[in-house]
Amino acid sequence: MSRTFVGMPPFPTAAAHALRDTQLRRNLAHATGTIRDKRAGVVAEVDDWEQLRVDGAAIKDHVLSRLDHYLVELEESLTRAGATVHWARDAAEANAIVATIAHAHDADEVVKVKSMATQEIGLNEALAEEGIAAWETDLAELIVQLGDDLPSHILVPAIHRNRAEIREIFAARMGDSGRAAPPDLSDAPADLAAAARLHLREKFLRAKVAVSGANFAVADSGTLVVVESEGNGRMCLTLPEVLISVVGIEKIVPTYDDLQVFLQLLPRSSTGERMNPYTSMWTGVTPGDGPQEVHVVLLDNGRSRALADEVGRQALRCIRCSACLNVCPVYERTGGHAYGSVYPGPIGAILNPLLKGTGVDAQTDSLPYASTLCGACFEACPVRIDIPEVLVHLRSKVVDGHRGDRRPKAEALAMKAASWTLSDSRRLDRALRTSGVARAALGRSRDRVSQTVPLPGAAAWTRARDLPLPAREPFRSWWRKQSGSES
Amino acid sequence: MNVALQVTCLNDSLFPDTARATLTLLRRLGVNVEVPLGQTCCAQPMINTGYLDEAVPVVRNFVDVFEGYDAVVTPSGSCTGCARHQHAIVARRSGDAALVAAVSSTAPTVYELSEFLVDVLGVTDVGAYFPHRVTYHPTCHSLRMVGVGDRPSRLLEAVRGIDLVELPQATECCGFGGTFAVKNSDTSVAMGSDKARHVRDTDAEVLVAGDSSCLMHIGGLLSRQQAGVRTMHLAEVLASTQVGS
Ligand code: SF4
Repeated sequence: MSRTFVGMPPFPTAAAHALRDTQLRRNLAHATGTIRDKRAGVVAEVDDWEQLRVDGAAIKDHVLSRLDHYLVELEESLTRAGATVHWARDAAEANAIVATIAHAHDADEVVKVKSMATQEIGLNEALAEEGIAAWETDLAELIVQLGDDLPSHILVPAIHRNRAEIREIFAARMGDSGRAAPPDLSDAPADLAAAARLHLREKFLRAKVAVSGANFAVADSGTLVVVESEGNGRMCLTLPEVLISVVGIEKIVPTYDDLQVFLQLLPRSSTGERMNPYTSMWTGVTPGDGPQEVHVVLLDNGRSRALADEVGRQALRCIRCSACLNVCPVYERTGGHAYGSVYPGPIGAILNPLLKGTGVDAQTDSLPYASTLCGACFEACPVRIDIPEVLVHLRSKVVDGHRGDRRPKAEALAMKAASWTLSDSRRLDRALRTSGVARAALGRSRDRVSQTVPLPGAAAWTRARDLPLPAREPFRSWWRKQSGSES
Repeated sequence: MNVALQVTCLNDSLFPDTARATLTLLRRLGVNVEVPLGQTCCAQPMINTGYLDEAVPVVRNFVDVFEGYDAVVTPSGSCTGCARHQHAIVARRSGDAALVAAVSSTAPTVYELSEFLVDVLGVTDVGAYFPHRVTYHPTCHSLRMVGVGDRPSRLLEAVRGIDLVELPQATECCGFGGTFAVKNSDTSVAMGSDKARHVRDTDAEVLVAGDSSCLMHIGGLLSRQQAGVRTMHLAEVLASTQVGS
């Protein structure tokens, strides 16, 4: 019923497509600019922000270094609290577990909240095949789902849509899956929110089974935590009889005490708020209150692969705040769809290859190159993930994966040649003399060329940019003459 | 003090005026600079594209040439960042303990030009004269990887005759990004076009930055748009004097 990211083209192609959509670029520039300013303001209010970042990173690193221990602890405390724990190695296992539980309760629909993990595993599509409809209840996700669209932001999946587009989607599609939008729906935010509220409330009250994710899982108490702004999470977590929480194994924090660090870092980094409106915590089953059956699906799906990568494992610290997306100049131009995943932007550019592995497909391998390495993401990240460092590391894995190719790429040959030339200054001397000849051959007295020159990559450069010609005299020849130096 | 100039491969082949200006400036400030001709490149093009094996001999050449100097000055934020942060990764991967040691002793001696002037020489007024309307783009690697802070601005503010105007959204990346400019040329051009627009909005005659690579990208766009804005490296502005310019 909804589109999937499967079969997306590599980043440069998808980006070129997105760049042609001027409405999209305007929507994105406006939205990211606004949230960027808001975030900068509230972060500046915190005197010990840098220390909080360091603490957040340290807590996550500690958990990751002893993940086996903390997972067992979490399983024990969850079980003690009356929850049932399931382990899922991959998407297929996780989807099957959820479907089995829903079937056991004769549910032909589930309400969902706050779960990128379930988008990652394609749960909605898997449930649809089992005859179970999954309804998104987050406002932005509802917009994406009703619009038969794909999410393009971690926090604001419908960031690429404006009010008028949302009105169209609500008016046309709400009736298909529940209460229809009022006939006189306007595009005023309050009207749109009211229509969504009535539509969703009906679903909350009807559904027997809810599916959620969790922002954090406290190991020693078995408490799951959801941080949100709309209250839909609270509805999902309390109204249905059965709750299934699909939680990535990296979501663990050891204790409540550790949680406070992240509850300071997350809202300021993500929505630019001092505190998020709703923080829901649930610990197993409480008789007579809330869901009487709680299942927790602990999901790997590539996380242990990422953990095994010494440089890349820091990506598992990610708390999905989306600050890196909002400051990323590449994301701002292309939007999230170009990344071909529910995890777009800078974190997506590293997380997807880490979860899936490099060398599996061209789309994944294009992601580490979807960055200028400007470093704005690292600067913004509340848990200090050095995204540029991981990007370069993953690029080297992509390159290494092709070292055995029978026919090396032009780029690989060029880099080999450059390495040979640049590892010895005499070779460089000779190459520079040749470039002087090349300049003469191009026959120009000017310093820049506008049309294509026969060099690798030159066409992609000169399409919109002039290219400087090699200098008439390289610096080194000049220096040699004026200093009378020989070496 | 035993000081070497790292010319950078881009300056050597495409922008020799920048290297000459750096030399002129340092000499004027009384620094006796050597230009070791055994140098080639910092290996950044290979490293940032993921060709770490190919970077090994280039990094080896870099440390062979520059080891032993008290300071290596380079008119490039990105080459400085590369030497300080990335050479160690390449060396570790090569498994060559001698290279690891050489890199760790060389890395801290590499200075970006504005850092060397302000921190090592202790000057902000370098005696320059440049009577033009100028705007400054702080390149990402100078700004974030090296952390030059407001040193370039302080140096520019002290230039006589200069009309320094602020660049809107200055800290945003120009979209160059090495091979990104070619591999993702559509996105690169989209980012660079916004940067060029901000430059034009300042009505500056000259766009100044501390990295020739970014200037090549933004300058290539401005030139294609016939915007009538020149690009100049920070070193060239600082080297200009009333007499000599
Ligand atoms: S990588 Fe950092 S900034 Fe980006 S979403 Fe994750 S925690 Fe937030």
